[in-house]
Amino acid sequence: MTFKLPAIDYLALAPMLVLFGAACAGVLVDALVPREWRYHVQVPLSLVALLASGGFVVALANRKEHVVTAGSAVVIDGPGLFLQGSIVVLGIVALFLVAERRLEPGGAFVAQAAVVAGSEADRKQMRKPGVTEVYPMMLFALAGMMLFCSANDLLTMFVALEVFSLPLYLLCALARRRRLLSQEAAVKYFLLGAFASAFFLYGVAMIYGYAGKVDFRGINEAVLGSSNSKTLLLIGLAMLAIGLLFKVAAVPFHVWTPDVYQGAPTPITAFMAACTKVAAFGGLLRVLYVAFERSSWDFRPTLGVIAAATMIVGAVLAVTQTDIKRLLAYSSVANAGYLLTGTLSMNRDGLKYTMFYLVAYGFTVLAAFAIVMLVRDSDGEATHLARWAGLGRRSPVFASLFTFLMLAFAGIPLTSGFTAKFGVFAAAVGGNMTWLVIIGVLSSMILAFPYLRVVVLMWLSVPGDDTPTVSVPGAFTAAALFVGVAMTLVLGVAPNQALELVNDAGAFLR
Amino acid sequence: MSLSPYVPIVGLFALAAAFALFSVAAAPLTGPRRYNRAKLDAYECGIEPTPQAAGGGKFPVKFYLTAMLFIVFDIEIIFLYPWAVSFNALGLFGFVEMVLFIGTVFVAYAYVWRRGGLDWD
Amino acid sequence: MDNIQYSAAVEYAAASGTLSSIWLLFAIPLASAAVLFLLGRRADKWGHLLGVASVVATFVLGLVYFFQLKGLSGNRSAEVDLFSFMPVGSLKVDFGLLLDPLSAVFVLLITGVGSLIHIYAVGYMAHDPGRRRFFAFFNLFIAAMLLLVLGNNYVMLYFGWEGVGLASYLLISFFFDKPSAATAGKKAFLMNRVGDAGFAIAMFLMFAQLGSVNYDDVFNGVNQLTQGTVLVMGLLLLLGACGKSGQFPLQAWLPDAMEGPTPVSALIHAATMVTAGVYLIARSNAVFSANATLQTVVVSIGALTLLIGCVIGCAKDDIKRVLAYSTVSQIGYMFLGVGLGGAAYALAIIHLLAHGFFKAGMFLGAGSVMHGMQDQVDIRRFGGLWKYMKITWITFGLGYVAIIGLPPLSGFFTKDPIILAAFNRPGWTGWLFGGAALLGAGLTAFYMTRLFVLTFHGPKRWTDGQHPHESPAVMTVPLVLLAVGSVASGFLMSTSVVDWLTPVLGKHAEEHGRLGHWTVTGMTMAVVALGLAAGVLLFRKGTALEEQPAGPVVTAARNNLYADTFNELVFELPGRYLTRALVFLDNRGIDGVVNGLAAMVGGGSGRLRRAQTGYVRSYALSMLGGALLVVAALMAVTLG
Repeated sequence: MTFKLPAIDYLALAPMLVLFGAACAGVLVDALVPREWRYHVQVPLSLVALLASGGFVVALANRKEHVVTAGSAVVIDGPGLFLQGSIVVLGIVALFLVAERRLEPGGAFVAQAAVVAGSEADRKQMRKPGVTEVYPMMLFALAGMMLFCSANDLLTMFVALEVFSLPLYLLCALARRRRLLSQEAAVKYFLLGAFASAFFLYGVAMIYGYAGKVDFRGINEAVLGSSNSKTLLLIGLAMLAIGLLFKVAAVPFHVWTPDVYQGAPTPITAFMAACTKVAAFGGLLRVLYVAFERSSWDFRPTLGVIAAATMIVGAVLAVTQTDIKRLLAYSSVANAGYLLTGTLSMNRDGLKYTMFYLVAYGFTVLAAFAIVMLVRDSDGEATHLARWAGLGRRSPVFASLFTFLMLAFAGIPLTSGFTAKFGVFAAAVGGNMTWLVIIGVLSSMILAFPYLRVVVLMWLSVPGDDTPTVSVPGAFTAAALFVGVAMTLVLGVAPNQALELVNDAGAFLR
Repeated sequence: MSLSPYVPIVGLFALAAAFALFSVAAAPLTGPRRYNRAKLDAYECGIEPTPQAAGGGKFPVKFYLTAMLFIVFDIEIIFLYPWAVSFNALGLFGFVEMVLFIGTVFVAYAYVWRRGGLDWD
Repeated sequence: MDNIQYSAAVEYAAASGTLSSIWLLFAIPLASAAVLFLLGRRADKWGHLLGVASVVATFVLGLVYFFQLKGLSGNRSAEVDLFSFMPVGSLKVDFGLLLDPLSAVFVLLITGVGSLIHIYAVGYMAHDPGRRRFFAFFNLFIAAMLLLVLGNNYVMLYFGWEGVGLASYLLISFFFDKPSAATAGKKAFLMNRVGDAGFAIAMFLMFAQLGSVNYDDVFNGVNQLTQGTVLVMGLLLLLGACGKSGQFPLQAWLPDAMEGPTPVSALIHAATMVTAGVYLIARSNAVFSANATLQTVVVSIGALTLLIGCVIGCAKDDIKRVLAYSTVSQIGYMFLGVGLGGAAYALAIIHLLAHGFFKAGMFLGAGSVMHGMQDQVDIRRFGGLWKYMKITWITFGLGYVAIIGLPPLSGFFTKDPIILAAFNRPGWTGWLFGGAALLGAGLTAFYMTRLFVLTFHGPKRWTDGQHPHESPAVMTVPLVLLAVGSVASGFLMSTSVVDWLTPVLGKHAEEHGRLGHWTVTGMTMAVVALGLAAGVLLFRKGTALEEQPAGPVVTAARNNLYADTFNELVFELPGRYLTRALVFLDNRGIDGVVNGLAAMVGGGSGRLRRAQTGYVRSYALSMLGGALLVVAALMAVTLG
C-alpha cells in the first residue's frame, strides 16, 4: 500500500496554525495556572497570538504568491487573505471587549457556567471573576473562521464550520447576568445551528453525488461537464446555501438571530455580529464565486428573492423593536441582505465591495455594542430602549458617539455605512440586479427610521429617574470604541486606502 | 447516473423493513399474554426501578461528562488503529501527525483532569 | 412641443489660482461646527459669535470667488478634485467640487442670507440655554448646503442632500420639548426619505446606464439613452426634488416643520434647503430637457402645488403656517419655471433668489412679531401692531409687496415672466398652466393681504397682558438688509443674471409666444389688484377671534386639503400592515401552525395554547419551510 503524502506549505497555514496552537496553550493555561493568574496570562497570550497571526497574514499578502496547499484542502489567495486579515483585526477589537473587567467586577462572563441558574451557588459565584475559557474558545472560533474562508473543498469547509460554531454556542451561554436567557440563547443557537449544519452536510453529499468531487475546482468543472442529473446539483446547492444562509442570518433562516443576540453576553454578540458575518460571507462568496459560478443563472433569482426578503423583513421588524440588542440583531439581518445583494452581483466589483462592506460593518457594529456594554445600571446592562431616553443629557459624549454610529448604520454620507452600501448597490447594478438595488434602497430608507428613533430618544427625551448611567469605560473598551468609531469615520470619508486593499486582493484562486 | 447498483440495496431495505414490521405485528398475535409487574418494569441493571430520576428528571451532569470523555478516547483509538496498520507506509510524517493528534487530546485530558472533571464528587 | 436638445458638450475647466481653494467654503462652517460641538459648554459664552463669524467669513470668501469667476473668460467654471472618494474598479467617484455660475449664485444666497439669519438668531436665541448647540447645527447646515451646491457629481450632491435633511430634522425636533415638534420632525424625516429613495435609485440608474455619476458624463450621455430611461431617471430625480422642496404629493411636512425655531424656518424652510429641489432640476436640465413628458410632469406638479399652497394659505390662522404654505406655493412657481424649460430655467432661479430674500425677511419679521407678542402665532390675535413695531412693519411690508408682485419690487420682475412663459407654452396646456399661475398670483395677493392687514392693521385683538415692542437692533438690522434685498434684487436680476447663468442653463433665443409681455403684465396686475382689494375690504375691520363654521372648500383648506389623510392612506397604512404582517409571521404565524398541528395530532384543544414567540421548534419549522421553498424555487427556476 502506498500513500501520496500531502505537501504542506506551513507558512501559508501559519496564521491559522498560530491561533490553533495558542488556543491549545490557552486550554493548558486554564488547566495548570492558578485561578487568580489565568486572566493575566490568557489575555496577553490571545493578544500576542492574534498579532502574530495578523503579522503572518500581512507577510503572506506581501508574498503575493497564491497557493493551494495541504493536499488541496486549503487555498491561500488574495480575497482569502483579506478576509483572514479582517477576521484577525475585528477579532482583536472583539477581544478588547471580551477582556473588559472594569465595567463589572469579574467581567461579563459567569464564573461557573454549569451552576443551576438562580440557585444559592449561583448567587455566591456572582462575585467571583469570570471564566477564562472564553479566550481559548475565541481563538478556536477565530481560527475556524479563517479556515472557513480559505477552505478549498466542501469537507474542509464543513470541519471549519463546526470548529468555529461549537465554541460560539458555548460562549453564548456564559453571560454573568440573566443566566437563563443566556442559556436559552445558547441552546437555541446550538439546536438550530446543528439543524443548519445537517443541511450543509446533506448538500455536500448531494454535490458529491453530482460531481464526484468535493473540491471547488472539480465542482466548477463538473457543472459544465457532468452528465449526471441536474436535480442532484440543484438540491445540493440549495442545501449548501441553506447552511450558509443560516450563518449569515438571511430570511427565513434568521429566526435565531434576535434571541441569540439578546441572550448572549454583549461582547460575544459583538464578536458574532462582526467576525461570524465575515466568515460566513467569506465562505458563501467562495462557494458561489468559485464552485458554482457557472450555475449563477440557476441560483441568482432564488437567492435574489431571499436577499430582498432579508432586507425588507430585517428593516421592517427593526422598526418595532424595543430592545437595543434586538434592534441591532434585526439590523444585522437587514445588513445580511445588503451583503447578499453585493454577493449576487457575481462580478469583481461585487466581491470587492462585499468584502469592504464586511469590514466597514464589522467595525461599526463592534463600536455600537461597546456602547451598549457601557450603558448600565445596578442590574447590569440596560438594554430596553425606554431606558435610553434622555441619555444625551446625562452623557453627551457617548450619546454623540452612538448617534454617529447610528448614522453610519443608516447609511448617511461621510460614514462607512454610506460608502459600503453605495459600493454593493453599484456593484449589483453592474451585475444587472437593479431590481434588488431598488428594494435595497427602499429597505435602507426604512431602516434609517429605527436608528434615528434611538437618536431622538437619547437626545429629545427628558431623562427619567431610571435612566441608567454610562459607565466610564476601561482601557480595553475605550480602545475598542475608539478603533470602531475611527474606522467608521475613515472608511466613510477616505475609503480609498481600504478599497485599494480589496482591489489588490484580486479574485479567488481556482 | 445509473441507478442499477442501488436496486439491491433498496431491495434489502424493503426486506429489512418488512421483517421488522412482521415481527412486531406477529408477536402479540402468536404469543401468550400473561403480564405481571416485573414484566412491565423497565430494565435497569437489576436495581429497584425508580419512577423518575432524583431531581425532577434531571441527571447530574457528571454522567454526560463521563460519556463524552469516553467517546473522545474511543474515537482516538478508532483513529489509531488504521494508522498503526499502515504505519510503515506513512512513515515519519504519519508519526509526527499522530503525535500532534494525541498531543491535542492530551491537552484536553489535562484540562479535564486538572479542573476536576474526573472527580466523581 | 419644443424639445430642446442639450447639444453643447459640457466640459469644466480645472480650477487655478485662488479658485482651487473653494473647498474652504464648506470647510470653514464645518470647522466652526466641530469646534462648537467638541468644546461643549466651554464654548457657551462665545460660541454664537464664532458661529456668526464663520458664516460671514464664508460669505466674504464667496464674494471673492464670485469675482474671480467673473474675471474668467469663456466657459466660466472651476472644478477641483480634492481626492478620489471611491476610486476602485468600474465605480469612480471623486470628492470633486465645481464652482460655476449656477453654484456661485447659490453660494452667495446661502452665505448672504445665512449670515443675516445667523446674526438675527444671536438675538432670537439669546435666552435659550441650547444656543451654542443651535449654532453648531446651524453651521453644520450651512456646510452641508454648500456641499450640496458645490459638488461636481450626484454623489456629492447626495452628501449635501442628506446632510441638510439631517440638520433640518435635528433642528426641527431638537429645540422644542413639545411632542408636536417631535412629530413634525418625524414627518419631515419620513417624507424626505421617500424622496431620497427616489434620488438614490436615480443615481444607481445613472451608474447602470452611463457608468458615471459625474455631471459632465451624465449630461453628455443623456442623448444616448432611450426616452423611457430618461423618463424614469427624471421622474426619480423629481421624486427626490419634491420631497426636499415640499411639492405635491410630498408637501405636507413643510408647514409642520415650522415647529422649529423661527430662524430655522427662515433659513432652512424658506430660503435655502427647500429650494434644493429646484437646484437639482436646474442642475439636471440636460436630463429634464431631453424628455417632453418629463417636463410636462414637472410643470403639472408645479402648477398643482402652487394652487394647493395658495388655497390652504387662505384658510390658515397661524402666521408661520401661512408663510409656510406661501413657500410651498412660491416653490411651485419655481417648479413651473424649471419644468417649462428653455429660457424659463433662468427665470426660476431668479425667482428663487428673490424669494430667498423676501421670504426670509418675512419669516424673520414674523419672528420679531412673535418676540414682541410672547410667542403668539395666531393672526386673529394680532392687529394694529404697526404703531408698536415700526421697523418690523416696514420691512415685512416690503416683503409683502414683493411677494404679491407689485412693481417695482422684486416679485414683479421675477414672477411675471414665469406666468408669461407658462402662457406661451404651445398647445392648450399653455392656457391651463398660465391660467393656474395667474390664479395663483391673485390668491397670493389675497392671502398675503389678509396676513398683513390682520397682523399690522385694524383693531387690536390681543390676548390680555400683551405689551408689544420692537425687537433689539441685532434682530432688526438683518430685517432691514433683507428688505433692501427684496426691493433691489428684482432690478439686478432680470437683466444680468440670465446672461450669467447661460453657460449652465444654455442659451435660448427670445421667444415670442401667443401673448405679449405687456398683455400678461396687465392681466397679472389686474388679478393682483383684485386679490389685494378683496383682502383689504374683508379684513380691514379685523376678523372673528374663533374659527367660524365654513363650507366644504374652506374646511378642506383648513385641513390642508386632506394631505395628511392622503399620506396616511398611501404611505402609512401599507407600511403599518406590512409591519404587522411581518411581525405576525415572525412571531406568531409559524408558531400558530405548529400549535395547530399539535392540536390536530393530539386531538385536544388544550394543547392549542396562546401563541407565543421564542419556541425553538417553531424556529426550526420556519427554517424547514424556508428550506423547502428554496429547494422548490431553485428547481422551478431551472427546470420549470
